[in-house]
Amino acid sequence: MRRLMIMTTAMAGLATMAAAQEITVMSFGGAYGASQMEAYYKPYMAETGVKVVSVDADNPAIPIKAQVEAGNVTVDVVDLEPSDVVRLCDEGALEVLPIDELPDGADGTPAREDFVDGTLYDCAVGTIVYSTLIAYRTDRMGGLDSTADFFDLAKIPGKRGMRKSAKFALELALMADGVAPADVYAVLATPAGVDRAFAMLDRIKSEVIWWEAGAQAPQLLADGEVVMTTGYNGRFFDAMVSEGQPFAYYWPNQILDFNLFAIPKGAPHAEEAWKFIQYATDTKHLALQATYISYGPARRSSAAMVGLYKDGKTEIGPYLPTYPANMENSLTTSIEFWADHDIELSQRFNTWLAN
Amino acid sequence: MTGANPGPAAITVDGVPLRVALARAGRRGRLRAFLLVAPLLAFILVSFVVPIGQMLFRSVHNPAFAANMPRITAWFAATRPGTGPDEAAFAALAADLAEAARARTIGVVGTRVNYEMAGTRSLFTATGRKAAGLAPPYAESLPAADRAWADPALWGAMRIASRALGPEFYLAAVDRTRAEDGSIVPVPPDRRIHLALFARTFALSLAITLICLVLGFPVAHLLATLPLRRSNLLMILVLLPFWTSLLVRTTAWIAILQGQGVVNSALVGLGILAEDGRLEMMYNRTGTIVAMLHILLPFVILPLYSVMRSINPSYARAARSLGATSWTTFRRIYLPQTLPGMGAGALLVFILAVGYYITPALVGGASGQLISNMIAFHMQNSLNWSLAAALATLLLVAVLLLYWLYDRLVGIDKMKLG
Amino acid sequence: MPIPAYATPLERLWRHAFRLVCALVLLFLIAPIIIIIPLSFNAEPYFTFTARMLALDPEGFSLRWYDKLLTFGMQAPEGPRDLAWWLDSWHNARWVQAAKNSAIIGFFATLVATTLGTLAALGLARPDMPWRRTITAILISPMIVPIIITATGLFFFYSMTGLSGSYAGIILAHATLGIPFVIITVTATLTGFDRSLTRAAASLGATPARTFFRITMPLILPGIISGALFAFVTSFDEVVVVLFIAAPDQQTIPRQMWNGIREQISPSILAIATILVVVSILLLTTMELLRRRSERMRGLAPQ
Repeated sequence: MRRLMIMTTAMAGLATMAAAQEITVMSFGGAYGASQMEAYYKPYMAETGVKVVSVDADNPAIPIKAQVEAGNVTVDVVDLEPSDVVRLCDEGALEVLPIDELPDGADGTPAREDFVDGTLYDCAVGTIVYSTLIAYRTDRMGGLDSTADFFDLAKIPGKRGMRKSAKFALELALMADGVAPADVYAVLATPAGVDRAFAMLDRIKSEVIWWEAGAQAPQLLADGEVVMTTGYNGRFFDAMVSEGQPFAYYWPNQILDFNLFAIPKGAPHAEEAWKFIQYATDTKHLALQATYISYGPARRSSAAMVGLYKDGKTEIGPYLPTYPANMENSLTTSIEFWADHDIELSQRFNTWLAN
Repeated sequence: MTGANPGPAAITVDGVPLRVALARAGRRGRLRAFLLVAPLLAFILVSFVVPIGQMLFRSVHNPAFAANMPRITAWFAATRPGTGPDEAAFAALAADLAEAARARTIGVVGTRVNYEMAGTRSLFTATGRKAAGLAPPYAESLPAADRAWADPALWGAMRIASRALGPEFYLAAVDRTRAEDGSIVPVPPDRRIHLALFARTFALSLAITLICLVLGFPVAHLLATLPLRRSNLLMILVLLPFWTSLLVRTTAWIAILQGQGVVNSALVGLGILAEDGRLEMMYNRTGTIVAMLHILLPFVILPLYSVMRSINPSYARAARSLGATSWTTFRRIYLPQTLPGMGAGALLVFILAVGYYITPALVGGASGQLISNMIAFHMQNSLNWSLAAALATLLLVAVLLLYWLYDRLVGIDKMKLG
Repeated sequence: MPIPAYATPLERLWRHAFRLVCALVLLFLIAPIIIIIPLSFNAEPYFTFTARMLALDPEGFSLRWYDKLLTFGMQAPEGPRDLAWWLDSWHNARWVQAAKNSAIIGFFATLVATTLGTLAALGLARPDMPWRRTITAILISPMIVPIIITATGLFFFYSMTGLSGSYAGIILAHATLGIPFVIITVTATLTGFDRSLTRAAASLGATPARTFFRITMPLILPGIISGALFAFVTSFDEVVVVLFIAAPDQQTIPRQMWNGIREQISPSILAIATILVVVSILLLTTMELLRRRSERMRGLAPQ
């Protein structure tokens, strides 16, 4: 990867004269990492001559936490999930960013209003809105009438895939049980609500295959190991459009989440890193990323610029979680809730899984 | 040989008494032997023993609260457990909260208290933001900011967290917690996982050890009784898996046993199974057991083989000629002689199985996870490193006990490979 | 072991049953390793034998998964296979990078483990070694302590000392894990070692160093080499410590396999697995030749 970057930079031709600056960006890799490469890193290198070194991690929060704790930080920009942003930010592991320096949207909207709610933090700037949702094989079953069908073995027999974590599983279970998205976290904060969620999960426990890495979900579906599964929308999209897999989305009750760029405390090139973040999160480049993966841009102003997928024929808008029709009945992850309850619910979830 | 008989002491040519010279030579010899080992010993101490010791320390030492909340920690230290908070306590707390929020360490503090009392993390971060603006009397303004600050349970949790050194993470590791009065009680049944996982780990390891013995014994016997030329040929079948990468073998089992794998497809192709009746042999306990058996079987066969090779067949022949049936001969003569090999193999397999990580993580699904996987979960997902260290320590103690037993019964220097 | 003439019919039956059980167990051991070899030549992205494969139709087989090992991660995998293509593969292909990393780490870890381990084994084998039992127990313990505990301990320790994410850190860790194997194999060779040989050399005026290099070393060399092979294999197969302490871009073959198995398990994994099986066959052959050589040199009858 590092070498790839070096060569691309060299080909850009501009790098040679600029000061030998480089920044290291740590992200999740895979199709997602590739889309960042195309949308952010390559244009940035071409325009500024600063070398962007990309490194991958399963979850960048873990090496970052370890690096900051050890006072040995090698990463300049890190891609994080919101719960990790909150956690690391409160623990002083991230630099506080001058959010007001972010450029206005292309349509002139000030940055603070342009970003979707929940994508701006003291320590981080949102890049994408993605969702965890149900996808199914069109050749093995009809569609779902409601989220409850996912939990109904009589109506739709067969294996289901789910992410092996309390987060997402409990919310989905409650929504399937008829809880409105707006009330999910209030219900889940009560012991009775948690029992209710686990009671739903009990119904399908025997038929669930649990996945951990994001790429596993489309793989399980493609292999026919499951008839439907929860998963990240972008990963399914890749399999559907690029590989022509017979998948379809079930959009209602999708659970929205974000990814954000942040700067670890003590990053070697913090100043350059902030310049990079400002560049990458402007209207144009956020929109550009959607061309390479079907995740929604974190800026509202980017929506107008999202066009065709890289294959040149697929209109990408309807595949984005932020497309108005898809947003109906969606749920936005509560970071505060999970920061507070992750430990007890994960423990209960693990206990439930093990027995 | 020493020549140290009573009577006039023997003198060497140098004029030194022989006894002294021998002692000196012995000392020098011991020193020389030790010096050869010293570099490696130092290396292992630094690269292995110290890191593990440091991890043990982390399991009892968590200064997250004490280091960032000094004033209230001092108040806790000065008062007896169960003391209700007074104005001084609330003032100290408010000052610490404001300070920690400014230093952006409030999250560390909240996370630590959250381990003791779920749902309190955001209380700290939220109040921290407002703390600088609070006015005395703090005994009123803090609970006004959030009612939870008046909760005695929260004060109990903070008191526990304020002690940097303590057994709290061991309590969590054995599914215990402290009640409000400080007594140790089990956690609610729906969160009791660690003891159950330890139990499962030991039960599965025991089962695997026994199956290994049952499967390994006949093969070792066959190899030991065949002529060497032929047994060497068959030995390849045991040694090749032994030398093959663990990940390769795990991959192979996935290819063979998974839903769309070789076995299922063959059975479906032969019409034995219906297309939707494919057997579930992977991503569950079955998968873990099969793959671990395959990996650990050679560890039983090899020591058994070397013991069986050295058994003199004339004893068995003598027993037969004296009228014993073949079963009696086996039971009374042969089996007892193989015991050292069985002990060595079984203990080694059990020790290795108890600490297994990779195979259960890849093929275990939900029901095939072992305690190692829980340690990894707390290291990499929940980031509760103190709990991970406590669990690791418990596992380590169990393994070291078995290791000690192995040394007593078999002797570490008798360990052989390949 | 022929069936003796005096065996009863029941004993005969029992003997056949016994052989059948042994055959099944040996099949269980070897079948998974054999079965992945043809599967890795599957023309389809499946883990089963296709009808065309069973019919031995050449169309059913292909080298595409081996090709993928060379091309995955390349910048221009489609181009003509000229020098530039191979350079691209050498510098950018993921599996090639992983193989290089594994080789570098394995080589240096083996070097450290073998040097220190052999020295220590020489000391441990001396009759006047003090606290032998305790020290041996400590030196062997990296093999016994569950790998997850070692990895956790090293993770904390390396974070503090700044060794995490460095080659040096991984090499030291892997050397630690390989040392028990070197000690065990070299000590085993030394147990059968005739001490009068070194005494004879000493009495003839050889210095300890000369004695070591001219007498001891050649005799225990097979043990050292097999210990080194064990150490290398340990490093070459190690994934947990790497997962915990290596930098994200420090991929090794096992780590790449680990990712592959967890994410998308394609026959590429079987291709690399097949290559590794061939490597272990080579190692096994080397070990066997060493064992024979050792027995010959020490005058033991090659039974």
